Amino acid sequence: MEQTTDTIVTTTTVIDNPLDATSMMIETATLMPALPFFVTGLTVFVLACFVGYYVVWRVTPALHSPLMAVTNAISSVIIVGALIAAGPAMMGVSKLMGFAAVVLASVNIFGGFIVTQRMLAMFAKKKKPSA
Amino acid sequence: MIISPTIAALAYLVSAVCCIMSLRGLSGPNTAKGGLYYGVFGMGLAIVTTLLLPGIESYGLIIGGIALGGAIGAVIAKKIAMTALPQLVAAFHSLVGLAAVFIAGAAFHNPAAYGIGEPGAIAIGSLIEMTLGVAIGAITFTGSIIAFGKLQGFITGKPLVFKGQHLVNAVIALSLIGLVVFLCLTESVTIFWMIVGLSLLLGILIILPIGGADMPVIVSMLNSYSGWAAAGIGFTLQNTLLIIVGALVGASGAILSYIMCKGMNRSFLSVVLGGFGGEAGAAAAASHGDKQVKIGSADDAAFILKNASSVVIVPGYGMAVAQAQHALREMADVLKREGVKVRYAIHPVAGRMPGHMNVLLAEANVPYDDVLELEDINRDFSQTDVAFVIGANDITNPAAKKDPASPIYGMPILDVESAGTVLFVKRSLGSGYAGIDNELFFYDNTMMLLGDAKQMCEGVIKALDH
Repeated sequence: MEQTTDTIVTTTTVIDNPLDATSMMIETATLMPALPFFVTGLTVFVLACFVGYYVVWRVTPALHSPLMAVTNAISSVIIVGALIAAGPAMMGVSKLMGFAAVVLASVNIFGGFIVTQRMLAMFAKKKKPSA
Repeated sequence: MIISPTIAALAYLVSAVCCIMSLRGLSGPNTAKGGLYYGVFGMGLAIVTTLLLPGIESYGLIIGGIALGGAIGAVIAKKIAMTALPQLVAAFHSLVGLAAVFIAGAAFHNPAAYGIGEPGAIAIGSLIEMTLGVAIGAITFTGSIIAFGKLQGFITGKPLVFKGQHLVNAVIALSLIGLVVFLCLTESVTIFWMIVGLSLLLGILIILPIGGADMPVIVSMLNSYSGWAAAGIGFTLQNTLLIIVGALVGASGAILSYIMCKGMNRSFLSVVLGGFGGEAGAAAAASHGDKQVKIGSADDAAFILKNASSVVIVPGYGMAVAQAQHALREMADVLKREGVKVRYAIHPVAGRMPGHMNVLLAEANVPYDDVLELEDINRDFSQTDVAFVIGANDITNPAAKKDPASPIYGMPILDVESAGTVLFVKRSLGSGYAGIDNELFFYDNTMMLLGDAKQMCEGVIKALDH
């Protein structure tokens, strides 16, 4: 909403300025960053998918389980959204749901990281004193 | 201290990079520990940053919530037996799904907190993103619960199929799309929760028809979904950190699903459509009625193992169920002392989640170098004296190579039949989880050791000691 207002305001200034039409077009073109968030988000999303693909592609089969536990823990980064919902001082449906999500995501974060740590400790310990 | 949105965005960027480094680390044994620390740091940074944003006021409640959830998670993660890992992971996936539903609900009721509009006047784009996040979250939630139930044994591991199943799912999916359109027009609270309800139902229906043997694919698929749900929430809340991390997790889970499907030579679609095995396998089982099965005792097994110069152990889900990994390792140690070369062969889909067997063997202190993957060991079976199959079945079934009519035809298997002797530890002569008869039982060089995997290993140890 805000972004659209911005564009309108600046565009008006450009028109007020008695310059030729081309410069006005350029001005409007440079103002294009008022893209909807969706486009930026999609760009980030697609690039991140590729990063994920190249990073995980060569994972050793022995580490499939720990990898899954860690990805499970870090997908709980949605706790960020839960914190914002639970944050306001005013009580309401939104805050209650936010609080519930904070608890659920925390179970996951702590549980996921600890269980990964347990698994990795098993893989590590047998390297030294093998039978 | 309150930080500006710019600082927060930069901190989120650092956090996202940490998550990438975390996955990078987890893909190799030497860097795995470091990967874990990156993940923990990235998560901590994201939480602290968010708490310092303006608008966050009720710290007491939030810290309490994190402490409560954290304590529950920590206790569960510390207490859980490694054999129950697949269930645990499925349960954790369901929590991410439910959290995503709650967050989308919170955003719908109070969009102003996220700067995406006012109640009843949310931008259409945000609404679509929100419903996407909430629908994937809800499907992940109930789907994971069903997967958990199947892994835990609350729900039968057999595929539950009914007529017109795919039609029902398609109708639900279409009604979901219709409801989203409706929601965009009306922004009605009822419709929002109807979408949630239908997605919950869809999650149940998608996972119910999937059989136990396909669980590695399903667990990875739900892992992937939990990532997509996080990304969906990221779009809703216009938060790039969530989008990046969600995409990473989604991609990682998708790769694991792909590896698992390849391990079974099945297409992802055929797994998801479900209904593998069942009656067809039961009918085939009768045809072997007249063939001879050699049944041996622990003493026979001990004698054969002692006189072998090389043994390859092939573990499967049955080993996990019987918690036999420690007894098995002890047996291997005794054999090693006798001068026998002992190694382990792991099939990619052995067990109920990716890497399940590796974790159990690691728990039992089996040396990392003794554990080999299918491609690395398959050639060696012909030079192996004894293949010791414990709790595995379908992954050794020669029908996968010979019988084009078999449902598992084309699946890469461990060629245990080329070993001098095959010792097959199994509770009964029944078929495997895929419901397919294993002709290996009737081979001349196969000896069946009927009984509980753990007791059998202990019996062999006792016999070896004499």
